[in-house]
Amino acid sequence: MGEWWTTVPIGTSMGNYEISSISHVTMSPSRQNNLVSSLPLSRSSYNVISAFCTEDNMPQCISYINQELDSLGLCSTRIEASSPGGATINTVPALNAMYEIMTIHRRNMCNLEELEKDQLKTSSNLDHIQMNNSRLKDQLELSIREKSGLHETERQLQLKIKTLQSCLKTEKDEVQKLQSIIASRASQYSHDAKRKERETAKLKERLSQLLVERKDKKLAMDVLNSLGRSDGKRSHWKTTKTTASHEGEMYKSLLNDYEVSQRSLMLENAELKKVLQQMKKEMIHILSPRPTRDDSLDQAESDGEEKVGDSSRETLDQSCEQAREQLTNSIRQQWRKLRNHMEKLDSQASKVQNQMESNKEVAQRETHEDEMERMRREVQQCKEFIHAQQQLLQQQLHTSFDDETAALLNDCYTLEEKERLKEEWRLFEEQKRNFERERKNFTDAAIRLGREKKAFEEDRASWLKNQFLNMTPFTDRRRCSSSDGQSALSIRSEPEMRMSSTKSPPAKSSNHAAFSTPKPTQSATVPSTTELYRTLRLIPDGSSSRHSKQGCWPESSTIEDGDFRVKSNRIRCGDLSIFSLGGDENSLT
Amino acid sequence: MNFSEVFKQSNQLCKVSPDGKYLATCVQYRLVVRDVETLQILQLYTCLDQISNMDWSSDSLFILCAMYKRGLVQVWSLEQPDWHCKIDEGSIGLVSSRWSPDGRHILNTTEFHLRVTVWSLCTKAVSYIKYPKACQKGIDFSRDGCYMALAERRDCKDFVSVFVCDDWHLLRHFETETQDLAGLEWSPNGCVLAVWDSCLEYKVLLYSLDGRLLSTYSAYEWSLGVKSVTWSPSSQFLAIGSYDEKVRILNHITWKKITQFEHPATINNTKAVVYKEVVKRPAVCSDDLSLHNITIGNTLFNTQSKYEICPTPVQLPVVKPDPDRANPKIGVSTLAFSSDSRYLATKNDNMASVVWVWDVQKMSLVAVLEQTTAVRCFQWDPRRPRLALCTGNTKLYLWSPAGCVSVQVPTEGGFQVQSLNWHCSGDSLILLGKEQLCLCYMDNDQEDK
Repeated sequence: MGEWWTTVPIGTSMGNYEISSISHVTMSPSRQNNLVSSLPLSRSSYNVISAFCTEDNMPQCISYINQELDSLGLCSTRIEASSPGGATINTVPALNAMYEIMTIHRRNMCNLEELEKDQLKTSSNLDHIQMNNSRLKDQLELSIREKSGLHETERQLQLKIKTLQSCLKTEKDEVQKLQSIIASRASQYSHDAKRKERETAKLKERLSQLLVERKDKKLAMDVLNSLGRSDGKRSHWKTTKTTASHEGEMYKSLLNDYEVSQRSLMLENAELKKVLQQMKKEMIHILSPRPTRDDSLDQAESDGEEKVGDSSRETLDQSCEQAREQLTNSIRQQWRKLRNHMEKLDSQASKVQNQMESNKEVAQRETHEDEMERMRREVQQCKEFIHAQQQLLQQQLHTSFDDETAALLNDCYTLEEKERLKEEWRLFEEQKRNFERERKNFTDAAIRLGREKKAFEEDRASWLKNQFLNMTPFTDRRRCSSSDGQSALSIRSEPEMRMSSTKSPPAKSSNHAAFSTPKPTQSATVPSTTELYRTLRLIPDGSSSRHSKQGCWPESSTIEDGDFRVKSNRIRCGDLSIFSLGGDENSLT
Repeated sequence: MNFSEVFKQSNQLCKVSPDGKYLATCVQYRLVVRDVETLQILQLYTCLDQISNMDWSSDSLFILCAMYKRGLVQVWSLEQPDWHCKIDEGSIGLVSSRWSPDGRHILNTTEFHLRVTVWSLCTKAVSYIKYPKACQKGIDFSRDGCYMALAERRDCKDFVSVFVCDDWHLLRHFETETQDLAGLEWSPNGCVLAVWDSCLEYKVLLYSLDGRLLSTYSAYEWSLGVKSVTWSPSSQFLAIGSYDEKVRILNHITWKKITQFEHPATINNTKAVVYKEVVKRPAVCSDDLSLHNITIGNTLFNTQSKYEICPTPVQLPVVKPDPDRANPKIGVSTLAFSSDSRYLATKNDNMASVVWVWDVQKMSLVAVLEQTTAVRCFQWDPRRPRLALCTGNTKLYLWSPAGCVSVQVPTEGGFQVQSLNWHCSGDSLILLGKEQLCLCYMDNDQEDK
């Protein structure tokens, strides 16, 4: 207790010391204040205590002050007595010196203030840092504590692990022990069992011996009369022959069984082979058209395999090992290819689907954007248009002021207009001329038609007359046949023409119509006239649309008349007709 | 669907002759043979004691009646009622008696499986086969009746002996790669012998007729293994039910697993149809009550039931087996292929009230039948894809691809169907109660429609 009490003051003194030291540090600015305050104190004591300067020691004072000023670095201003040994001083330098001292003083004061401020800042900084420090110390402590806690838990866990490991070890030992026990028990059990079994066997042996030795009277069979065998045969003696026959029987039955099973397997095999074949065929069927669409490389490959497949199919009937291998191999290959293809398709499908999904959004956005773009463009165009109009308007307004230029411009416009009109007029004239020529042509054709019709009528009349006059047909056969041949020819050429016209591109229809028109004039049949009308209706349309070719068609048509007749003889099969048509076109243009 | 009147029987010994003409039933120590069509008694034989086992010979001419307690076997002839045969195994005891496929030999297994005695009715000759193994299924005859496979145990090793049934000549004798052979079964075509290990190890071995090992199959290790094995009638598939509640189907070419059928507690398979039996209390049909409740009180407890189709997923009732007990009630214990090998019916022991029907062609679940009580027995129609099942109540249940039906057996005295057997024609069904039996006739025309 005594010690306790004695130690306390030391502690407090220590604390005091610390506090004092801190206060010493912190109080330092106040001491400065004290110093400052001491200055006016000394100034106040100026009157009371001996003054610095008296009339007696004025020069000394002056020299002292000068020295002081020198020491302060104010060498320029020297206070001098106005008169040596005089009581007055030169006021101007003195005032200057005073002023300078004042400025120095003020500066010093400013400095002091700044320093004080700095001091304050640093002190606050210090406080802050100290606080920080303490906080960090706390944190450190906390973390240390945590660390120790973790260490503790780790230690505990390790301990636990150790105990568990030892447990495991003991368990393992136990298991091993138990296993060994089980093994020993099992061996013992089996041993015992064997012993017991031997004993029972011995007992059984003994028992049976005893029973046999006792000649059990009761052991007997009492049958009224013995029966025949179920199969009606008599029993045989046991001989080597019978044993051999038994063996034979057994093997026979075994063989039978194997044969049956082999047959069933064969059947199964054959069926499977059939299935394989079919599968292969179908695979080939599926795979073969694909490469034509895809790539030629694949096709070549499949072609090679097909050959292999064919060869395997041929040899399969021999059912030799090689063929089977080939078949399975080719099937495998085909299958692989099919699978690859399927996978490819799958991936493609999924890709397409994805694209579709994404496209939907994209498309919407795209259409939207397109629309926007279009509208923007339109707006732009409209703006430009408006702008141009405005400009033109302004120009016009501008030009209206100077008539000369306006007249000139107008003249230009009218000239241009006139030129254009002239051009159009010329075109119109040309068209008119063409039309005229066409009409003339048609009237010619109509006249010719009429003439031919007349001739035909005459012909028919004569023919009818002939027919009427001599009912016996051998009178004028030659003439008759010649006319017949002509008509037949014309009739035959008619559908062919139609066919070719349908086959030809529709742009050339006017041309065909053009050289189909002379045909009716030759044949002069009833439907040809209707066709003529049709073509008549057609031609103006065609001519109006293609006036550039009008100039050459009448001549070509006449050429065609002759030409066609020659060609119609040639045209028999479809291919040739197409070919000839091409030739016609060439000749036309 | 018509039902006959009820007849007495004991020990559920009631069998139709292989030719389908006669019906033999045991009542205490009497054997009654009836005509299937008329149900008139044709013959009546009296045995020396209560009959424990009865069986028809393959030619439907003889009936074997075994009295295990007395170590006696009596054989009766249908054609010659006077003819009789008595086989006495004496003090060595008798635990099992069966016909050989030719119907002229009787194979008796003695107590403690000391030996198998082969008695010939033709020559009165006796032959012994030593060391037969006491197991789930130690003897199997091939479908054509030519061969017999017998599991043997010598020097703590398993062997299989293949005998020619004709003259009991030992054809093959070979050791099997099993720890503890549990059973063997011939494929229906008689060329492959499936041998499986005890439940301690999942192991199925396939042997050819000549003793060659064709294949070995093991699905997993260190867990209880095979519980049941069945061949499909076409010999194409071998279905193996195991303790992991799965059925694995092996094919007959590679002997590898084709698929496995799981039996989950929740059925999510949307393609499967889940039929749930729904019980209605008989309060509705009061007139029915008034008729019967005076005479027999049992009808009071008779309930009407029908199937409802449940939308998947369906939660099935599961009983958690006691892991400390031997032979836990878990895993697929019963497997049956339909006669056309198209369907497979299974039962998982920890879901005892559920029967699963699988389509073997599609290798998928077709139907699930959820009963209100544990399924006792199910059997396929030998002609059509039609499954009959019973759950120890007064109803008979039938499933076919077309649907599911529950039929009340309209007999007095609360006839509870414990077991059932199809007639070989598939036209009728024998329902066995505790002490009675009843025939059920199918209207096949209607069914077919």
